Order: sequence, then structure tokens, then C-alpha cells
Amino acid sequence: MTSVHLDVEAVRADFPALARTVRNDKPLVYLDSGATSQKPVQVLDAVRSAYEQHNAAAHRGTHLLGEEATDLYEGARAKVAAFLAARPDEVVFTKNATEAVNLVAYALSAPGRLQVRAGDEVLITEMEHHANLVPWQQLCERTGATLRWLDVTPEGRLDLDDLDTMITGRTRIVAVTHQSNVTGTIPPVAEIARAAHEKGALVLADGAQSVPHQPVDVTALGADFLVFSSHKMLGPYGIGVLFGRAELLEAMPPFLTGGSMIEVVRMEGSTFLPPPQRFEPGVPAIAEAAGLAAAVDYLTALGMDNVAAHEESLTAHALDALREIDGVRILGPDTTKDRGGAVAFEVDGVHPHDVGQVLDELGIAVRTGHHCAWPLHRALGVQASTRASFYVYNTHDEVDALADGIRYAQRFFGTG
Amino acid sequence: MQLESMYQDIILDHYRNPHHKGLRDPFDAEVHHVNPVCGDEVTLRVSLKDVNGEPVVEDVSYDSLGCSISQASASVMSDLVIGKPVAEAMTISQAFLELMQSKGEGQPDEGLLEDAVAFVGVSKYPARIKCALLGWMAWKDATAQAMEVAQ
Repeated sequence: MTSVHLDVEAVRADFPALARTVRNDKPLVYLDSGATSQKPVQVLDAVRSAYEQHNAAAHRGTHLLGEEATDLYEGARAKVAAFLAARPDEVVFTKNATEAVNLVAYALSAPGRLQVRAGDEVLITEMEHHANLVPWQQLCERTGATLRWLDVTPEGRLDLDDLDTMITGRTRIVAVTHQSNVTGTIPPVAEIARAAHEKGALVLADGAQSVPHQPVDVTALGADFLVFSSHKMLGPYGIGVLFGRAELLEAMPPFLTGGSMIEVVRMEGSTFLPPPQRFEPGVPAIAEAAGLAAAVDYLTALGMDNVAAHEESLTAHALDALREIDGVRILGPDTTKDRGGAVAFEVDGVHPHDVGQVLDELGIAVRTGHHCAWPLHRALGVQASTRASFYVYNTHDEVDALADGIRYAQRFFGTG
Repeated sequence: MQLESMYQDIILDHYRNPHHKGLRDPFDAEVHHVNPVCGDEVTLRVSLKDVNGEPVVEDVSYDSLGCSISQASASVMSDLVIGKPVAEAMTISQAFLELMQSKGEGQPDEGLLEDAVAFVGVSKYPARIKCALLGWMAWKDATAQAMEVAQ
């Protein structure tokens, strides 16, 4: 099972969930990492150790445990920053990527120099996950700004032919995925960012599906904001990241307010701490941050280049295997060029729910439905799809199991 | 394999040859319901008639997109409620809802639920219960609206 890039067998041994059986005593074939990844024992140990040994409220208390908890939390921030080649004060911990987008969308509708006003424009794409779509619709409703979007081509790429006219002098922010959670498409964020910056627009990249799977350097990426979730990159639930360029975070008003983020509070009004604390009210998720730091260590030890290469080989295999099945249509790019490891497909005559049910019976976990990307499915002319998504622990045998399972579903429903 | 317990032949037959499908006139109420998890959707019309002062389901017609379970369930539902007094059809609907909440343990009344007893296997799979209920919930909603119009 060892690939040229990763010792997959050794990796799998770190993931307790992969050792269990599922329906009909079948071994688990987990092909749903796009929804959430499994967690290695190193992450679970870090979370447990935070609670067992260092449990205290960070940034408070004059006791040793409080200091240790603060070190864990701020140490996690430094690790995440290094992982992105960013500065620690540019890393804000949020609940998840969704909250991070909402934080930015809120800040852009509040008074201040970044405020979006009636007549301004917000540019998104048809490819977005609802998390990078609905908050912008809401921002436009609040401010009277106009929402515009880039279309998707039939191949599942972004249509960039009109990029220069879609980004206008009125465009205040361009929000774009860095890797589609459905088609795996990797849009040219750096190119889009250059075009946006020329017109004075900000850029937010949704890295929920890219940061876990490929090396990401925020300077090379060129985006002003980058959001992602811990739980999709081997880490715990309940913590996510907003990277923001320091001078932008500095100009942004707080989103959620309360303790920990204030400078001085009087009955007449309050002042706030500088970023990132300004955006982190309440006792923070210390154990989750420690778990995320362990996940970053784990991925760094594997090497993100190796992670990306391993997934590319699995994706190439999956595209080949699925193409060979009559009646299967792959959504999105049919090569691995600028494409990550989410492979969504349709099976002629068998609804995705039914495909997923048959695969589940074989122990194969996939996602079915519209994957929180309803407009993208409409653009591709499908109501719903089945999605397999790969990660560090997946094997080529599992890709073959998927293909066999699809054939079995076709036979079961009398279409294959 | 337990697949056969979910996908009983009755269900697959209704899926392949759905009864009463297609939107028809006249109708008293029309609703559009979706399952936001998967995007399955149904547009459903209900036509009621008055028989000796009691509302009776004259017709149910629908157009739908969805999985085998949701399609078959809508077909079985239309068979069960068309021609029945609304009160009786609501009783059947309630019995089906209880069957779906039974986690595979239900002892359905075949005299009441007829082909719908085949869905007992579906109730073991929480993710699929909504599929089986989509058409029924649309029918209940449309019928309630049609009753309001009648009043």
C-alpha cells in the first residue's frame, strides 16, 4: 500500500477509525474526507492532553495552568501561521471556515473604511460552496450592493473570459473558492487576485478544500483573506481559521463581542484589542487549537507536496476507473491538471442517494446530494451527484472498490 | 446484504412505473416541497370534492425529481389517498409517519397501509426517512391548504 509519495500503511495505522468495520462487517472505505477527515491518534492525544494536563482559560488567571493553556493556544496560532507562511497576528481563530467568511462579510457592512455601500459590487462564482455564497448575498441585501458572479463552463472550470469586465471599479471584494468541493477544480486565484487588486478590490479565497490538500503560501496565493476549517485537515471540529492581511484586520470592526476582545469597558462604551484578539471573544477553544496544531505537525511531517502528489495519483486512478464504466459521467475536469481530489459523478438511471446506499452496504462512505453547492449543480445540469473525496490515508485498492461498487449498484438497479 | 430489505420489489416496481405521476387540472392547491439535504423535489396538486358534506380526495397529481425511495413513496401515497375521505387519508398518513419513525421495528397494519408496508426497511436508515416522507408531507400540506380554500 506504500505509494511513492507516502507510506500509506503507516499513515493508516495512525487513524483508529480506519480499523473499524461498518455494515455487514465490511472494512471501512472512507471516501468522504471532503466533508470531514478522519483524525489521527496524534491529534486525539493532543486534545486529550490539553484537557488532562493544561486545562484552564487562556489569556486569564495568574496560575501555571493558565499560562500553559495560553502557550498551547498561541503556540497553535504560530504553527498555523508558519504552515501558511503568514504572520501569527494575521491568523484569527474562528469556529470554522463558514464563521470566518461571515466575519469578513459582517466587517464589510459595518461602518469603517472597508464598508460596502449601495451601488458597490461583490463578485463571487457559481462554483462556490454555500458558505462562500450566502454570506455575500446577505451582505448585498444589507448594504444595497449588487452581487455578480463568474459562470462555470460545462467542463466545470471558471469562465474567466470576462474577468476584466466582471471586476469593475465598483467591485469591493471578490470571493472565490481555492478548490471546488464538488469538481475538485482549482481556479487560478493568484491571477484573479491580480485582476482584482488592479481595480482596488479585495480578495477572499475559500481554502476549506485546498489548505488540507496542497501547499498554500498566502503571499503566492495573493488573496487578502483565506478561510479554512480544522476538521477537514485531520484536526478537531469547532475551530477554523481566518487569515487576513494585517492592515485589513486592523481596519475591521469586531464581529462577535464580549470578554477577551476588549481593551477598556465603561458603561458609556468600550474599546477593543488589536487583531487577532479583537475577533476572538470568550474563552477560546484551547484543546481544539492544540489538536489543530498537532494536525499541522502531522501534515508538515508528511510534507504537503507529498500529500498533494499522493492525492493526485488517487484522483488520476479514479478518473480512469470511472471513465471506464458505461453510464458514469464525471462532473468537472477529466484530468488532474488544476484539479484536486474531489470526484463527483452521475450514474445514469441510478439516483445519487441510491448509489450512496449501495456503496454504504459495501462499507464505502461517500457523499450524495448537492454537497452545499446547489447553484454549481444547476450550472452543470444535474440535480444531485455522488462524490468520492480522497486524503492521505486512501489507497488505490479503495479506488478500485469504489468502481466495483458503482458497477454493483448498476446491476442492482438493472441499469448496468 | 440488507439492500433487499430496503429496496423491496414493491418499491422498485413503483419507482420504475410510478402511479398517478404528472400534473393534472383541475386542482384546489399546489405545493412545492424540497429535501434541502439532497435537493430532491416534488410539486404536488390536490383536488378535493364534497361527498355528503365530507371532503374526499378526488385526485393527487405530482411531478418529482428524486431517488427511488422518494419516487416510489409518492406513487404508493397517491394510490392510498385518492378516492378516500380526507380524514381517513390523514389516518393512513399518520400510520405511515409512525412506521417511518419505528427504526425498523414497526408492525405495520397491511390492511391500512397496503403497499406502503414495504417501506419498513427504510425506517432503519435515518438518512432516508425524509426521502420516504417527502411526497406524504407535500400531500398533507396541499390538502390542508385545499381545506382552507374550501372553508
